[in-house]
Amino acid sequence: MTTKLMGTGVQRVEDQRFLRGLGRYADDVAVDASTLHCAVLRSPHAHARIVDIDVADVLDVDGVHAVWTYDDLTGPMADPLPLLIPHPALTHGRTQYALAKDEVNYMGEAIAFVVADDRYVAEDAVGRIKVTYDVLPPVVGIAAARAADRLVHDDVPGNVGARMEQNTGDVEAALAAAPHRLTLDLDVERSACMPLEGRGTVARWDPDIDRLQVWTSTQTSTGVRAVVAVKLGLDLRQVDVITPDVGGGFGVKINHPWPEELLVPLAARTLGRTVKFTEDRREHFISSAHERGQVQHIEVGFDDDGRLLALDVMFWHDHGAYTPYGLIVPIITSTQLLGPYKPDVYRVVFESLYTNTVMVTPYRGAGRPQGCYAMERTMDAIAAELGKDRTEVRATNFIQPDEFPFEQGLVFQDGRELTYDSGDYPASLEKIKALIGWDDFPAYRAEMAAQGRRVGIGLACYVEGTGVGPYEGAHVHVETSGKVKVATGLTTQGQGHATVFAQLVADELGCRFEDVEVVTGDTRRMPYAVGTFASRAAVMSGSAIHLAARKAKQKALTIAAEALEASPDDLQIVDGVVSVKGSPGSAIDLGTVAVLSNPLRYAFDEASKAATQFTVGDASKPPVAEDEEPGLEGTDFYSPERSTFASGMHAVIVETDPLTAEITVLKYAVVHDCGKLINPTIVEGQIHGGVAQGVGGALYERMVYDESGQLLNASFMDFLMPYVTEVPDGIDIDHLETPSPLNPLGIKGAGEAGVIPSAAVFASAIEDAEGLPITAMPISPSDLFHLRLAHAEETS
Amino acid sequence: MKPAPFDYVRPGSLADALAALSDDPGAKVLAGGQSLVPLLSMRLAAPSTLVDINGLPGLDGVEVTDDGVRVGALARHADVLAHDEAARVQPLLRLALSHVAHPTIRNRGTTVGSIVHADAAAEMPVVLTLLGGSVEVAGPSGTRTVPADELYVGPLESSLAHDEIATSAFFPALAPGARVAFAEIARRHGDYALVGAAALVEGGTVRVGYVSVNDVPVVVDLTGVPVEQMADAALAQLEPAGDIHATADYRAQLVRVLTERVVREATADE
Repeated sequence: MTTKLMGTGVQRVEDQRFLRGLGRYADDVAVDASTLHCAVLRSPHAHARIVDIDVADVLDVDGVHAVWTYDDLTGPMADPLPLLIPHPALTHGRTQYALAKDEVNYMGEAIAFVVADDRYVAEDAVGRIKVTYDVLPPVVGIAAARAADRLVHDDVPGNVGARMEQNTGDVEAALAAAPHRLTLDLDVERSACMPLEGRGTVARWDPDIDRLQVWTSTQTSTGVRAVVAVKLGLDLRQVDVITPDVGGGFGVKINHPWPEELLVPLAARTLGRTVKFTEDRREHFISSAHERGQVQHIEVGFDDDGRLLALDVMFWHDHGAYTPYGLIVPIITSTQLLGPYKPDVYRVVFESLYTNTVMVTPYRGAGRPQGCYAMERTMDAIAAELGKDRTEVRATNFIQPDEFPFEQGLVFQDGRELTYDSGDYPASLEKIKALIGWDDFPAYRAEMAAQGRRVGIGLACYVEGTGVGPYEGAHVHVETSGKVKVATGLTTQGQGHATVFAQLVADELGCRFEDVEVVTGDTRRMPYAVGTFASRAAVMSGSAIHLAARKAKQKALTIAAEALEASPDDLQIVDGVVSVKGSPGSAIDLGTVAVLSNPLRYAFDEASKAATQFTVGDASKPPVAEDEEPGLEGTDFYSPERSTFASGMHAVIVETDPLTAEITVLKYAVVHDCGKLINPTIVEGQIHGGVAQGVGGALYERMVYDESGQLLNASFMDFLMPYVTEVPDGIDIDHLETPSPLNPLGIKGAGEAGVIPSAAVFASAIEDAEGLPITAMPISPSDLFHLRLAHAEETS
Repeated sequence: MKPAPFDYVRPGSLADALAALSDDPGAKVLAGGQSLVPLLSMRLAAPSTLVDINGLPGLDGVEVTDDGVRVGALARHADVLAHDEAARVQPLLRLALSHVAHPTIRNRGTTVGSIVHADAAAEMPVVLTLLGGSVEVAGPSGTRTVPADELYVGPLESSLAHDEIATSAFFPALAPGARVAFAEIARRHGDYALVGAAALVEGGTVRVGYVSVNDVPVVVDLTGVPVEQMADAALAQLEPAGDIHATADYRAQLVRVLTERVVREATADE
């Protein structure tokens, strides 16, 4: 037998292409002088009524082909964009129009859409549109939203889009009975996904076949396809959506349709030309999506050991101007907050609030970083209150390995019970303590202090619901050449799907890894799919691909058994060759099996001659058996009853400069449990990327809005995404593999894990270094400097 | 983010370049483009003509004599940074240039361009001012030499006229026995400094130049002030401001830290 590829660090097959500049992104599609380009007039105001839009000067611009405003939209295009994920608690959900109707609610909202020969001309034309605004006072920030002196939407009282409560018992009674109680007030600011490739859409209408083809930089090609068909009044079969290479998504591209994802196809169909929109960086800042902004109030009751008797959390979630993605982010915060712990009683209430800022949709972690931050700040506070080691208080509260499946008594984001399938948190804690050197830290701290240096250590634990449903599917096709073509409908943004999915197919089917080619996110190849989000690709498509490969294998064995006159049970498939076990001379390769699987009337080459009706099969039976189909293929779907829960722990040692308040990472350690590993190199890459993004979110990035709702740092000069020089030089990683019982491979998701505990772990370490409470993240040197001043004043 | 329409000329001689500037009051010189091109793309600047001087002969040199270093208008930051003789004659050049952005930007950006762009957050205008250097300027009526202390008249504003081109900058050599030091603190490696400081200790005088503190490049004379009092003495003459990355108070703290750091370094026993 060949070695199983599952669990081995197979080199990514994608990288040669990407590193050589051969990636093909949306902007690389239809590079042709005849392609038309677009620019969007965006609101310069955070909140205004549109009195008048005058486009008279635009059509005079040489090279302009068309301009759309709201008044030009008809039928479903004139309706608000969809509210993708409705929820009973979202009593006041609102979405924007493809082009603003009557009012704008954030700086950056699309107002007019210009199509021209090139982007330069389109931007010139946008500059000639005259809009008369009646500027309204904006609501900026959670405090202003709560105060509700002004409303974002006139018909949404208190700026409250949703209020939701879940509880597992009488929290007030439990709090009252607890021997110790603490209150915490915490803040997390906004950041954003910031993929290096922004949004991009290309559309081509082909009148000869009455069909629309759309290339878009999305995390869900099937979602875009469905909405484009509905909005343009086309049959689903008239629309193909193809996801080219995607230069990063991190969540922002799961929201759909963006206005341009509808306007570009509309323009292509109307003008009969290929039309392209490529978002620029400033547009991405002001017109895509942000995340993370929350204010949290926590009351906790605990016993002398630090055991959680009552946890009562209220938080306010800033969802920006609109709610296209429903309540997913705050629901995840409210449920995943509990992490690996089991409070006796938990109550969580949140309000999801409107502000006149860019809307909020999931960003890698999707509400989990905020939940982890709330819980882990609380754990640190309990430890400080009781004078106990922070790891001891956590260990006291862990769900134990023999308690799985563990029901938290809450409803998760997928509407299913929040039930953890498996995990081993005590083992993870031992590993992370060893990796970071937790027990040796006091000596290290003393040694550094003797040199006048200030260091601190922090720890944070999380549990991550991954692999949410409803389903994914896969199609595995063995061609007569022996090449294996695999299609799954969810999309790829750099995760390495072409590698890990090929590993799974090679293992299950028995073909060579090199012979497998994986296609994702192309509705022509797999029209049934959901999308790539919630760390679900490996779990969902991986399982579906595994099952589809198994079907193809079973079919191959049946056909080969007949050809080799052997029992299917006696056959094996190794390196693409089916042979009788123990009898290597009796063999047939998969390509030939594929030939035999498809009886032909017409031969077109030497190989196909072998498949004609006169050479294949038993002449007394139908060429294709009643319960069979021609072709060596397997299609299958995977649909789990609920999510599978990965977990992990991060620890960091930071140094804070006593004079400049600069914060330096000295050591970063991660223990990660995503069940069985398909490819440890790729999982570690996901962790590295997540930690880098987490460092950004904790120490560098924030969205700086002024009182008028202007985003002051809408560029990479002032939005401080970390460079490689700012992320830790090395990240020590250890894995734990607690298999999931929910899928055939025992795997859990890994995509978001690296970023979840960042705010929590840095707050913990900086607090430890400084001896003053850290309650707001991110934190800059300037912030820390002022915290020190305030703390010195309070304690003097 | 595409520029508004503009005409583009690439003259082959200085005379033609000056004529092109004179012909169009809305014309702007393009050298390395590392500040100008982003401004064009964001439509924060919309010159009617770009006069690309990259075709002009003889402006790309770095000439070193015992008197100092003359940097031509087309010499890139990277050229100056890599120039060992320049670093020997005036060590502050290399000390400061290593903090200028990143290699890709230093490969295109010109030192003279940065100096006449007059950004108080840039390192080289302060270096030129601290060292008492000058800029050679060509205009319709000939050439003139503008001393650094007459070069900066306001935020992002130099005393060059619209129809003039800076052809070189001159950095005086470090006098025998004199010492320099440079330090800065930025949010990310290669970013504009939150605060930068350059010290020149020469014949009993102590002067410190500051990056990103006032709205123009600024040098403070701290001669005779005890080291521990220098920061306060400097701050008395400075106006650190707040922005989204640092409050004014924090910037003042960095002035304190960096003043002491560079002065101690420039006066430490070797």
